[in-house]
Amino acid sequence: MNKKSKVVSYNKWGYIFLIPFVVIFLIFQMIPLVSTIYNSFFENYRSGLTQIGPNFIGLQNYATIITNGDLPTYFVNTMIMWIMGFIPQIVLSLLLGAWFTDPSLRLKCQTFFKTVIYLPNLIMASAFAMLFFTLFSDSGPINSMLIQMGVFKEAYKFMGNEWSVRTLIATMNCLMWFGNTTILLMAGMLGIDPSLFEAAQVDGATSTQIFYRITLPLLKPILIFVMITSLIGGLQMFDVPQILTNGTGDPMRSSMTLIMYLNKHLFSKNYGLAGALSVFLFVITGILSLIVFKFTNSEKVK
Amino acid sequence: MKRRLVSLLAIATMTATMFAACGSSDTAATDTAAPADDTATVEAPAEETAELPEDTGKVLNIQCWNDEFQSRLKSHYPGYEEVDATHGKIGDVDVVWTITPSTDNAYQNNLDEALLAQESAAADDKVDLFLVEADYALKYVDTDYAMALSDLGITDADLADQYTYTQSIVTDSNGKLKGSSWQACSAGLIYNREAAKEVLGTDDPDEVQAAVANWDKYNETAAKVAEAGYTMCSANDTFRVYSNNVSGKWVQDGKVVIDKNIEKWIDDSKALVDSKAEDTDDLWGDDWAKGKNPEGKVFCYFGPAWFFNFCLNADDDASIASKGGWGYCVGPQSYYWGGTWICAATGTDNANLVKDIILTMTTDKAVLKDIATQDQDCVNSKSVLADLAGSDDGNIALLGGQNPYKQLADGAEKVDLSNISAYDQGCNEEIQKAAKNYFQGNATKDEALDMFKKAIVEKYPELTAD
Repeated sequence: MNKKSKVVSYNKWGYIFLIPFVVIFLIFQMIPLVSTIYNSFFENYRSGLTQIGPNFIGLQNYATIITNGDLPTYFVNTMIMWIMGFIPQIVLSLLLGAWFTDPSLRLKCQTFFKTVIYLPNLIMASAFAMLFFTLFSDSGPINSMLIQMGVFKEAYKFMGNEWSVRTLIATMNCLMWFGNTTILLMAGMLGIDPSLFEAAQVDGATSTQIFYRITLPLLKPILIFVMITSLIGGLQMFDVPQILTNGTGDPMRSSMTLIMYLNKHLFSKNYGLAGALSVFLFVITGILSLIVFKFTNSEKVK
Repeated sequence: MKRRLVSLLAIATMTATMFAACGSSDTAATDTAAPADDTATVEAPAEETAELPEDTGKVLNIQCWNDEFQSRLKSHYPGYEEVDATHGKIGDVDVVWTITPSTDNAYQNNLDEALLAQESAAADDKVDLFLVEADYALKYVDTDYAMALSDLGITDADLADQYTYTQSIVTDSNGKLKGSSWQACSAGLIYNREAAKEVLGTDDPDEVQAAVANWDKYNETAAKVAEAGYTMCSANDTFRVYSNNVSGKWVQDGKVVIDKNIEKWIDDSKALVDSKAEDTDDLWGDDWAKGKNPEGKVFCYFGPAWFFNFCLNADDDASIASKGGWGYCVGPQSYYWGGTWICAATGTDNANLVKDIILTMTTDKAVLKDIATQDQDCVNSKSVLADLAGSDDGNIALLGGQNPYKQLADGAEKVDLSNISAYDQGCNEEIQKAAKNYFQGNATKDEALDMFKKAIVEKYPELTAD
């Protein structure tokens, strides 16, 4: 009956070491998540200095968001701007990553370049957006240059055209994040066994073949990670378009993102509607991440 | 992600810096230059009011959105000593300034929190004074958070010399006056004299006024201005003129109503923008500000007296203002723009001091005249303005020595604020943003108006729009 196992169990240490994470997760992630969902069932906002609610209204906030039909528009805006920024970003990063990790190129001043490409990420997005706002304003330097070069007769209103605004935002996102992506991809590429490259070279593979047949397939886990983090980051796009368009998402809200829309509700401290919107965002993010994960994982071996 | 949060916090600061030139925030530069002598002695109000409890507060907390009032107090309130940018002293009371820029509604958000916490706040943290602008004055005035001036012992007789409109803005729905201002912000058309000579053949204020006396004439002149290679102004400049002359409130029975005159603004402006006589620059931005220098080729700005001193870059040698190149006339319609009102917060523990500040800064004629001559402000006193209009003290260098006080005073008499509502700030802002889409050809008028309604319902969930 009283047989005690002589094997010392170290399992409890595992749990003890997990405590800090669990506590932080509960306080900073779980509780906000649950309270957001809880809040979404209430009518709860401020009108001037008068607090309205909280009154329990069930799923009405969700109904409001679905029926006013704005969510798909802003979702599409967000995805368009994310894709416009992500494609050049991943191409650029793959190229740079391949160059930096290729020992046969013997690139000089590698550290310098690695630092330089990371620098835009250190600038605050708001400052970056301000800079672009000033550069591309009607009487800004870009317009003066283009007029002097004879490209335009009069100032082009960059902020007054749907696609120019979207392009500016995508460009900024690309510039800000390609350094970060490059570093991630480089880490992935350096993790590939060099003997594979050597073997391929001995077998007479061209560098293009090596890149497509060896580097890319073995890089897949990192690529998936980059895709998913960038997608989540993209869905949360806020500061760049917010500052560039002064919070309007103009023209005609064509560059308004989901989080900018969420921010509109925070003006009147509308916690109910904002909560419901956040739950939608949570679901959308989850679904998209799953799709990306499944999609990139499906063709494992053909 | 974390960086995103940090940048969010930074947004307020960033934009605040960018818009630092706007509104009335440049006062410090000019004011600190002026000697802060208080030669005008101010007699303390003689009448005693028994009802006011003795001041117990050691700290006077003032909430505001820029340093305008601070510099006024510094230069014109007897006994105010500056300690640093956000602290001062009056006698043995510490004055603490909480300055929150109004960009992105930050000032109001901050003030809301402070007022909502007023009851439970420690004595030294209670708000004593706060400032409001016309656009949202009612939001605060129509609550118990602002004290009625009569409760402070300020009588109608004290305020008799003020313009009626400056009082109707801050009168709550029970008819109680809850704030007082030193400014009367009747506004007009500030034109570029060079451009006027070139286009109209004269820069005389009366003759320019004749050329813009009503909207038809204004549009005719705008066409000539455009032909001469100038732009008249931005469509947003004329917005206030139309919106101050509406026939009803923005919000009636919980529903947003777009007034005929606002529609007229949209139609008139669209025609002018299409004919390149006006542009669509946002107020306070770089593109909008280019007209402050001659090469900007802008014919006019619409603005009140605070515009002269704060907004025309008179201290920049390249500007039109530094050469006295502006002229002032009333323009197509009388209107007002902006203004700062001082309100006493309920629960203040410095009631006597608050009362004295309000009386001194907004009713003392010597102080008001000082403010007018030092800072080119249009002060809230009929007799002081009449006095200035009749003397050389009222001549303003950046207007080429013109004395605008007669027109300003006449304008202030005509301002009618019966149609102001607590939602004006949001509505004015959103209609300008929405209309810009129509002006720039990105939407039809109806689409733009729908966009406006959508934005308003987002901002004020209790309203309906259709």
